[in-house]
Amino acid sequence: MSMIFRAKADKALDRAEDPRETLDYSYKKQLDLLQKVRRGVADVATSRKRIEVQMSQLNTQSGKLQGQAAKALELGREDLAREALTRRSGLGGQITDLGEQHANLQAEEEKLTMAAQRLQAKVESFRTRKETIKANYTAAQAQTQISEAFSGISEEMSDVGMAVQRAEDKTAELQARAGAVDELLASGVLNDVTGTSKDDITVELDRLASTSDVELELARMKQELTTGPTGDVPKQIEGQAGTAEPVETEREEEQR
Amino acid sequence: MIVRIMGEGQFDLDASHLDELNRLDDALGDAIDSGDDDQFRTALAALLDEVRSSGTPVADDSLVDSELVLPYAEAHVDEVKAMLTDEGLIPDGRAT
Repeated sequence: MSMIFRAKADKALDRAEDPRETLDYSYKKQLDLLQKVRRGVADVATSRKRIEVQMSQLNTQSGKLQGQAAKALELGREDLAREALTRRSGLGGQITDLGEQHANLQAEEEKLTMAAQRLQAKVESFRTRKETIKANYTAAQAQTQISEAFSGISEEMSDVGMAVQRAEDKTAELQARAGAVDELLASGVLNDVTGTSKDDITVELDRLASTSDVELELARMKQELTTGPTGDVPKQIEGQAGTAEPVETEREEEQR
Repeated sequence: MIVRIMGEGQFDLDASHLDELNRLDDALGDAIDSGDDDQFRTALAALLDEVRSSGTPVADDSLVDSELVLPYAEAHVDEVKAMLTDEGLIPDGRAT
């Protein structure tokens, strides 16, 4: 097998004066690494949750832009509708990208969780082995026994250590990209999620809406003026039925 | 024979699978030489799948060294090339 490597034996034992110290030292390193893997799992989970929040914010934005486009069309502003839809399609790309990152982080989180489980089980085995060796320690057999005790654990630690490193690299890269999305969300391009500030499309639609309300009201009033009360005869009849009585009463009073 | 897939764990494989593994390993070697990531990915996936399907996972609490160590599934061809020029996939002295 040309491409595949055999794990190399650990030579650190040669340096230790009392090999039993090596066992304890290594055990401590194992616990440190276990801690590090668990922190790695937590870091990846934090990044994953951040992306979930961003995805939901972007989805809200996307829905909002869709609504704005519809409203703009209603008001006969195709240019504004087009602008809203263009921004929405830009968000679509972002959302897809975040979705991929999310899947990526989720897979990473699962892998690290499994790695933490494996390492924990192996560290526990090592501890048992270590205690047994220390209880039956004789200098003569120590070297061999202790060498054997390290089998499996060094390799696992190297592998897990590298896996955590890969996860950290990946998370750091994704965090930089998540930062960019946060900036995008915070900028004027997208609406503030708290709803305290309005984006330009909303401002324009609000303006249009209030303008068109005013225009509609004006048009209605003009209509009334030009057609006069007679123009509204069918409606007025019912209304006059109510007002007719007091008039009649007045007439009755005059007649008296 | 104990085989480790980096980042994934160890598998116990019967020696009868060695021929098939060697065949897949040769394909992987060719792919690495070509430097083509797609070809490399296909070859690596085939090798890892063979290990996963014909091997049994080693118990978590078992402490055994692996006879073979294989790159993790998403490794890039350049990463694996770099590993090959090092002293080995699993470096020395990390445990102590």
